Amino acid sequence: MDLLAFSRGPALKVSLVIFCLGVAWRIVGFALLRLRRDFNKPRTSIAKWMTGGLVTVGSRSWPHPEFIPRTGAGEALGYSYHIGLFILVLLFGPHIVFFGSILGFTWPGLPSSLITVISVLTLGLFLAVLFRRVTHPVLRMLSNFDDYFSWFVTALVMVTGLAATAHLGAPYETLLAVHILSVDLLLVWFPFGKLMHAFYLLPSRAINGALIARKGAVS
Amino acid sequence: MSETTGVLSAVLAPEQAKTPQDRVAGAMRGYAQEIGALSAFRLESCIHCGICAEACHFYIATEDPQYTPIWKVEPFKQAYKREASPFAPLYRLFGLKREVTADQLAEWQHLLFDSCNMCGRCSLICPMGIDVAALIEQARHAMFDAGLAPKELYQKAAHQRATGQPEPSAEPYREQLLAIGKRFGVDIPLDKPEAQVLLCVPRTDIEHYPSAVAALARVMQHLGVSCTFRSDGLVAENYGYYAGGKSWQRDISLRLIEQAIAVKAKTLLVPECGHAYTALRWEAADLYGKPLPFAVRHVTEFLADELTAGRLKLGQAGAAKTTFHDPCQLVRKGGVNDAPRALMQAMGVNLNELKNHGAFSFCCGGGGGVLDIERAAPLRYRTMENKLREIDDTGAGTFVTSCSDCRRTFDDAKAHFSWDKTPQSLLELVASNLTGTGNRP
Repeated sequence: MDLLAFSRGPALKVSLVIFCLGVAWRIVGFALLRLRRDFNKPRTSIAKWMTGGLVTVGSRSWPHPEFIPRTGAGEALGYSYHIGLFILVLLFGPHIVFFGSILGFTWPGLPSSLITVISVLTLGLFLAVLFRRVTHPVLRMLSNFDDYFSWFVTALVMVTGLAATAHLGAPYETLLAVHILSVDLLLVWFPFGKLMHAFYLLPSRAINGALIARKGAVS
Repeated sequence: MSETTGVLSAVLAPEQAKTPQDRVAGAMRGYAQEIGALSAFRLESCIHCGICAEACHFYIATEDPQYTPIWKVEPFKQAYKREASPFAPLYRLFGLKREVTADQLAEWQHLLFDSCNMCGRCSLICPMGIDVAALIEQARHAMFDAGLAPKELYQKAAHQRATGQPEPSAEPYREQLLAIGKRFGVDIPLDKPEAQVLLCVPRTDIEHYPSAVAALARVMQHLGVSCTFRSDGLVAENYGYYAGGKSWQRDISLRLIEQAIAVKAKTLLVPECGHAYTALRWEAADLYGKPLPFAVRHVTEFLADELTAGRLKLGQAGAAKTTFHDPCQLVRKGGVNDAPRALMQAMGVNLNELKNHGAFSFCCGGGGGVLDIERAAPLRYRTMENKLREIDDTGAGTFVTSCSDCRRTFDDAKAHFSWDKTPQSLLELVASNLTGTGNRP
């Protein structure tokens, strides 16, 4: 078995198993903790809590106007590289073929040249994010191994993907194998670190938003 | 005495300083065991973006990263990950999360008490929607269990739990209340066997703003509401809440709950006190263990309802430019959004809003017990400068609020900064603009 077959065969399967079990356990593990009943009489109806939760999912996507002067730039940087990542993962032709082989349908992608430009831009944003994390006093203080390693495994996928697309430094099959192995590594790490926020983002906003709406307060 | 004990003893009430290392270890285990799914989810969801710092008046005033709200619960996140998180066995096996030490926790006392008003502004900014203030409140519980509540809060909570008053007074509050009635010429309804509304009073008002106590009695009398204070449950504040002593908070809340039940009250009326509102409106039933058999309402909510119902008629307060400070616990954390403005509108108040108002208002700086912590004063004054500037920028000569602790904090700032504003009570403004004959029986 060559490296490419290994990367997209057993390595990918094991990674996916760890990913699925890990994500499930990470969610079940805390969801099994005690959930306290709130006996305090709500100010609003259940319909308003639900609406409040859903509204918060959207409203927290961008800071309230009162906060924008202090946080707008940082949040814009964060959103920019996330959008770049989504484009690269979902709109790059070979990725679409890969997902299509699993899902049974495909969708139109972007031209490779545009994808390359977006890759370089996104990588640049990624470096900017890292620079900000190590230079901003608050971010530097909050950061731990999880923050840096999660950055590293994500950046590694992007760098190896770019190298494979550009045929840089090694045969294409080898570069592709390294790229897939980097994806395997990301899948293995995913449940253990902050990448889990992909699963937490919407329920976290919705639940906390609903609880604030229960009090009739602004969320 | 060990170095650790020395560190702890420096910040502890003497009766708390028993075997600090053991107490800390036990408190952190207790924290992890009691954390519950909701708080665990909040801790799990944090992405270390640091944005919460940008909402916190302590960080904004100092640019000191240690005041980042989520950092204030860092040892508790450490304890959760090590003891109760889904991968806790891995964290322990590989030593990835160490046990929280007594020294570490002692260091955090400044962050959780001196530099946090539990105002909840950080909870409004988090892109993950995390209620950071709720995590901080839970961390205060563990600090109390670890023997690390600041001595001022601990002692007041202990005294209030034992006697009903946070501090000894030359005359019991009951007698002071009656004296206030005589001084201001208003009947103080006291110890009636039955009443529709149970009244209580901020000790801040008894000690500093007796006119606000008289205003409450006057307004209720004008409206003809069946109400009473009760000698066995007079004080609105809950120092157990401030100190983080959950069982003490329950005991203190129970005084009022039992009195409300005894007089068959339909409403427990919270006077102008923000934290009392949070403690009674949004936490008391949980500590009681079942729904309360009466409603809990803030006085401004109550009066706004009376206004809507046409039972409260108000005259015009005059055209003076006025601004209003929204108490965090009422608005941001309590949902009392519209009532104060409805009352001011009815009085024709020329309201000039602060740049950050309503749910986005900055805290006065004194909430969460911070005003009582002596060593916190220099930092508190520093954080207040921004708030005072906002008030001055409105150009208003009159400054109103609806929380007596906020009022006292601003009065303290007035003395410290030689500030030219005098904070006024919205309740007193209402009481001085009552019109009509009211609904006296």
